[in-house]
Amino acid sequence: MSITSVLEGLGTALPPRRLTNEEMARGLDTDDEWIRTRTGITARHVAEDDVATGDLAVDAGAAALKSAGGGTVDAVVVATTTPDQLCPNTASGVAERLGFTGAAAIDLNVACTGFVYGLATAAGLLATATSERLLLIGAETMVRFTNPYDRTTRVLFGDGAGAVALRAGRGPPSHSDYTYEDSFLRMEGREVYRHAVHRMIASLTAACERSGLAVTDLDRVVAHQANARILEAVAGRLGMPVSKFPMTVAEHGNTSAASIPLALAAEPPTPGERVGLVAFGGGFAWGAATLVWPQLSQG
Amino acid sequence: MSSSVYDRVTSILVDNFGVDSAAVSPEATFEDLDLDSLDLVEFALAAEEELGVRIEDEEAEGLETLGAAVKLLEDKGATVGGEG
Repeated sequence: MSITSVLEGLGTALPPRRLTNEEMARGLDTDDEWIRTRTGITARHVAEDDVATGDLAVDAGAAALKSAGGGTVDAVVVATTTPDQLCPNTASGVAERLGFTGAAAIDLNVACTGFVYGLATAAGLLATATSERLLLIGAETMVRFTNPYDRTTRVLFGDGAGAVALRAGRGPPSHSDYTYEDSFLRMEGREVYRHAVHRMIASLTAACERSGLAVTDLDRVVAHQANARILEAVAGRLGMPVSKFPMTVAEHGNTSAASIPLALAAEPPTPGERVGLVAFGGGFAWGAATLVWPQLSQG
Repeated sequence: MSSSVYDRVTSILVDNFGVDSAAVSPEATFEDLDLDSLDLVEFALAAEEELGVRIEDEEAEGLETLGAAVKLLEDKGATVGGEG
């Protein structure tokens, strides 16, 4: 029987400063109504200037570990596209600050799909016994990397972090499907929409097939939170009620690699639920995973 | 204008976007029908799947009326099942 990954804990960190669309759109040729109807976003959390991605990652990682009943980990994987610096990687500082000095520390930069790629990486570390227990953290400080004068990106993003503690086990299996395609340089809203809808459907379908499930068997789909309209289109095309797709984009904006764990924490699944995770983003890169939601001891 | 492509486009608008069939006419603009830029992308996707021709993003951007959309689809060789 192969080694699977068991999710033991979940934690998040959102910077306290919350900016509304009006505050974010100040000086830009856009407004609250346009932003809400096109994206579903009403507000986002924004990190103060002296708060780095690593700071949010430490808080989310500590919360996930607490939720998992504490203890130690032997690897820390940080999915981020906004690392604290080029070298050393963000994960090594996070591991040290959490007290895991000897842990393997890995950064993964796959933009909005980082958390799903992180799950695949984590599952591999656990399956090969490279790690017995680890933290996977999606953490981003996106807002400071947006151009304050560019209305097509400025209002879309938010800051935050979400983390899960995973251990090797023989529980219900997780499966993932990930592909990578590197071909585009700019953010073309229409093209992103077109690809996002198709790729997320295909990826989720492939991940479900590997788990012996039909997509419609999923009790919920926690998708990368970039745009409510994209998720509604995905749900509609899959013939699934949009109520199975938790939406946190209204309050978080697009937090890139942090959005899936933040959404999981905002509306936690019931133990035993079959959960699909799916993301699409910069690169383009996309991926999906399925898991059976565990009974978490705390949090 | 009365073509099978037009009829199919009408049914996409009514079925997928909840447009009132009484509001549909060749002169109607997408704005009249309460379709915004993202709806237009979704419309282009649906038309691509149902009629087998792709509307490029730049083309979708320039479309104003339903009649123009139907003409574009017909010029691109859109066919409706059963007619060959």
